[in-house]
Order: sequence, then C-alpha cells, then structure tokens
Amino acid sequence: MALLDVSDLSVVFQRRGEPPFTAVDGVSFSVEPGQTVGLVGESGCGKSVTSLAIMGLLPRRGAVVTGSVRFEGAELLSLSARQMRDRRGRDLGMVFQDPLSSLNPVIAIGLQVTEVLERHRGMPRRQAMVEAADLLDKVGIPDPRRRLDEYPHQLSGGMRQRALIAMALACRPRLLIADEPTTALDVTIQAQILALLAELVRDTGTALIMITHDLGVVAGLCDEVNVLYGGRVVERARRHELFRRPRHPYTHGLLASIPRLDAPRGERLVPIRGSVADNIPWDHGCAFAPRCPNALGTCVEVTPQMDEEDGRLLRCHNPVQENQEVPA
Amino acid sequence: MTSVSPATQKSAADTGVLVAVDDLKVHFPIRRGLILDRTVGYVYAVDGVDLDIRRGETYGLVGESGCGKSTLGRAMLRLVEPTGGRVVFDGVDLSATHGEALRRMRRRMQMVFQDPLSSLDPRQSVESILVEGLRAHGLDRGREATGRRLRELLSAVGLPSTALRKYPHEFSGGQRQRIGIARALTVDPDLVVADEPVSALDVSVQAQVINLLADLQQEFGLTYLVIAHDLAVVRHISDRVGVMYLGGIVEEAGSDELYVQPLHPYTRALLSAVPVPDPVLEDRRERILLTGDLPSPAAPPAGCRFHTRCPWRQPKRCDTERPRLREVAPGHRVACHWAEDIRDGRISPHEVRPELVEEESALVPDTALTGPASVTEVLGP
Repeated sequence: MALLDVSDLSVVFQRRGEPPFTAVDGVSFSVEPGQTVGLVGESGCGKSVTSLAIMGLLPRRGAVVTGSVRFEGAELLSLSARQMRDRRGRDLGMVFQDPLSSLNPVIAIGLQVTEVLERHRGMPRRQAMVEAADLLDKVGIPDPRRRLDEYPHQLSGGMRQRALIAMALACRPRLLIADEPTTALDVTIQAQILALLAELVRDTGTALIMITHDLGVVAGLCDEVNVLYGGRVVERARRHELFRRPRHPYTHGLLASIPRLDAPRGERLVPIRGSVADNIPWDHGCAFAPRCPNALGTCVEVTPQMDEEDGRLLRCHNPVQENQEVPA
Repeated sequence: MTSVSPATQKSAADTGVLVAVDDLKVHFPIRRGLILDRTVGYVYAVDGVDLDIRRGETYGLVGESGCGKSTLGRAMLRLVEPTGGRVVFDGVDLSATHGEALRRMRRRMQMVFQDPLSSLDPRQSVESILVEGLRAHGLDRGREATGRRLRELLSAVGLPSTALRKYPHEFSGGQRQRIGIARALTVDPDLVVADEPVSALDVSVQAQVINLLADLQQEFGLTYLVIAHDLAVVRHISDRVGVMYLGGIVEEAGSDELYVQPLHPYTRALLSAVPVPDPVLEDRRERILLTGDLPSPAAPPAGCRFHTRCPWRQPKRCDTERPRLREVAPGHRVACHWAEDIRDGRISPHEVRPELVEEESALVPDTALTGPASVTEVLGP
C-alpha cells in the first residue's frame, strides 16, 4: 500500500463577488515509503496549493477541497481540525520556502523545536531540550546547545532552513513535504541543504515530496517527477526517463528554455511563447494549447486525458516525437 | 573565445574600454547610539575592485547574496557614493564629476532592476514612465516624434503600442520587465546595468527576456553589465565573467574559459553547486560542498577572504596575505596564491575537513563554524 495516495484532488477558491478559481484540478499521485516524488511547475501551476491541501492548511472558508488524500489508508480530508493537528508534525512534516517567515521571530529556536516534541511525543521540557540539541546537530547546525537560546534573526538563511528541517523531523514523520526549500538560498547553501535532505531520506526512510520550479533540483533528487500545468498533472515519469525523453511539449519547452551550465555558449534559448496568463480552461481543451508549438485543432476542442504508456503518464493529443531532440 | 558575436567584433574593432573601475571601495558605516551618533564599524561591501568593461561586450558579475555585486553596480553609476577608488566612464572620471555634468552623464548609463513591479510607479501609465526620462534629458522633441520613438521602443521590446495607455499592474511579470528595459533604452544609453534582470521571472519567461537582451544589444550596440546570482544565466549571456566573494573579485575570465577551467577554489565550488537538469550528470557529479556560511562583510577574514571555507587552504600565507588579482593566462585573472598549483594538481583539497564529497557519501557536518552567523551577531551586544 502506498504511504500517501492522492486521488482526484481539486481545490477551488471562492471569494464573494468573484468567479470561483480552480487552483488544483483533479491531481492524482502516490508516494511509496522512502520515495522522493517531485512536483514541478511554474508559479500558478497549483503545486503549493496541492501541498497545503494535503497538509490541511488551506482555510476552511473560501477554499473547497474535494477528492481524496489517503495516508496509510486513512482519509485525511474528512478529519476534524483537531485530528488533523495531531497528524501534522507527527506523521506529516513540512518545510517551507522562506524560513524567516515560518519561524516565530520572538521565540528562541530551542523552544520552537521542543514545542513539537512536547506536543506530539509528550516529552518533559528537560528531555526535549536534549533531544532538540541532538536534532540541530543532526541537521548540521554547529554548536547546537548555544543555538537553542538564539532567535531566528541570529541565524543565517541556511541555518534557519536547517532549523526548520530539524523541527519538521522532530517526530520522525513518515512523510516530509518540502515546498521550494532552497529557493531563497544561495547555490552553495542550496547544495548543502539538498545533500542534507537526500541523506535524511536515505537514513530515516522518510518519504519526501519535493515541490520546486527548478528542474535541476529535481534531476538530482527525485525518483519520480510530476510536471504540473494549470492545476493538472500533464506528465509523470521516472526522472531518468523524463529528462532523457520529455514527451509533453510543456516539459520539453521548459527544458529547452533553461540556460545550462554545461551547454555550449552562444546558442539561443528556445522560450515557451506567451505566459501562464494565456491559459484556456481545461474543460475547453488543453490549457497549454495557446502556448504550445505542437498544438493541433483538437487541442482547443477536446480535453486531453491522462494516457499511460510504458510506465509514463501523459496528458497530450500531440506529444513530442522521439526524433524531436531536446535542444541542448 | 569560439563564438564571436557581432558585439565582440565591434569591440575588437575599436578595442575601447567603456568603463574602467580602479580600486573601487564602498564601505557603509555602522552607527550606534541615539544622541552620540558614533560609527562603530564598517560593512566592507565593495573592497578594492578593479575591472574594465569593453565597448559592446557583456560583462557578467556573479556571486552569492551579500558579496557586494549589486553595490558595485550601483557605485559604478554613482547611485551609491564610493568610499574610494575611481570609475572612469568613456574617459570621464565619474568620481570627480558633480551636479549637472554628472546628470548629463547619467543619460549614457541606465539601469534595469530585478523586480519590475517595485521599480515601476504603479500610478504612472507606461507612456508617462517612458517619457519621463526623455523629458529629463531634453530629448522630448514634440508630440509626434516622441510618440513615434515610444512605439519603436515598444516594438523593439516586443510589446504592442496599445501598452502605452496601460498601467504596470495590467502586465505580467515578463511584460513588466520589458517595460523596465524599454525605459532604460529611451535615452539611448551606452551602458546598461542589469541587476538580476530575470531572477524574478518564471523559467519559460526568463528565456524570452534573455533572448530579448541579446537582440537589443545587437540592434543598439549596447554594452551590458549583468549582475546575477545564477551562474548558468550569466554564463549564457556574458562574454566575460567576474566572480565576486566578500567585496572583491576573485576570478575573471572569458565565460567559456571560466566554465572549462575555473581556477579559484570558490569558483570551483560555485560551479559544482549549480544543479544541472540532467539526472545522468547529476548522479556522476562530484560536489565541492562548502562548509558554513559567508562570513560577515563587517568583519571580513584577514588574508584571503575565502580561506575560512577553502578546501585548498595552505598554512600561513592564505591567512595573512590577501592575494591580488593577477593574470595567470591571457584574459584570465585569479586572486589566489595557489591557482597554478591547484590547476596542476600539486596541492589537493583538505582531508581533515572533508569538504570534497561524493554525492553518495554522507553529509558533511559543519564542524567549523566559520565566522558569525549573521551581521546581527557581530553587532549584537
């Protein structure tokens, strides 16, 4: 049985006086224990909203979540707020993009870590402090005992992100969701944090959902990759297959539009035309059609369905053919 | 260099240096106290930078946050006042230029900012944003000529002329950045300083703006200084690249050369840290994981600024003597005492602190905390 099974998850935001907005539109994927799954896409593709919906962190008013999210067989979406609070932190951990805004600025780091331990593992304060120092040490924070008394502003960005990872891991969750954990960090620090996450997954068997816009991060870390566009998964494959042969024109286009460090210089990038604002609604056809170089007449008339072919899922009427090379 | 763009041919033709920066320093004072306003220290944001930007080329400046790259860009345009050193723009010493003369010079150097939304006035229409610069420099030659000029500019940056009557919030991020670029071009500058021009944009839109910058350079014969943290972007658009660390340039080379043979240990670490969208390569790659964070620019380490994190650090000399930027190959300058020895493999990375790690091996704990964690810690009581 999969550790996490998300099926047909949809999130619709409703604000008074405005038409409802579908941020996530029938997303399904599953995560096996110890697996690293990537959700990739540009801003507005619904990747963060998906993770918030799984964690039950969307506001109850204004956001309508439908579908099913099963964690070890138990439905999370029907849990009460209190039951969900028990799960969060214990079974499910989350690391956000901006560590400064996810830490409480007026509470010492030590207290923020021990709070989780006291709440979920019922540890007495003194024992929790020892454990907290251990945790900080484990995520590579030097001199952890001294750090326990410090406040978030006294740590650097990389150290804050490590502290946040320590908090997320405090109760040894079986699933960790990392939402753009390295986007706010410098490349050399990013390399440290990614190595840390990879090590944690390997050593503790925690499953990881990695949410990012950076295909480079995905290439090094994820076992399986979901590419999202306009709130739907448009392509899913294992990472080697996805990068060797991207089939969806959007995945293909993303890869062609990033400047690569190892590519010969002076070659022009091939951008995807238009912007995310040019989407058409999924029920009228393919949302990507207006920007797609491969678009056919049917693309704006018939909604493409998810098709499976040799272990890969693809939502496209006219996928990129084999001989259509990815420009380097 | 193998690829010769028309821009570099042009620079070879008149080999002119457009901007010469000589030992430029920008030190920001740290002040304490309410009544007695004393200076308790300095942040050495830019600390002795020499560089030349040739006419028609694209010079890329890369480094991590806090290395002083943006301050350097601003100091070159005198948007911040340098503490010392000289900036010579097309033969004119900017540090000795004041008032009206400086204002006139400003027409020739324009800036494109990172965040197009906060650098465009939300209450000004695009037309008013674009006309402002023209008026300030007396280039507004009547309604009709100006109107024609603006429509030309908009079409050059790929926007319809109907954009003139709209406001910044009506555009997407990529389109706003195009407006920012058009604004820089209205006054027909020689030098455009672009500070993180694409880092706020989505990947697919990034490529559009990068291509646009290249097209405009050809069309208008511009010289670019591109400041960015993304090495891949900088390498893609620059002819030459300077790598900054803690207020100084540690390495400068042609952008292909820099990638093929990085000589400074910091450049090597930086290049190895950039993720590449290719799983096969990612699995094979050796990463040089640097330990710790950037030391505080308020208390930079003595000797080589990088010695606290350097896997190739050698005793004594690295701790005491600051290496000068010296030419080790034609057009390739490095600030490292041991550049040749590292290149030829005569000295190998440290074994005591295992900074050089395979992807497979365990994470390196930050055994040595190098310097304080933040500026605040230095300044704290």
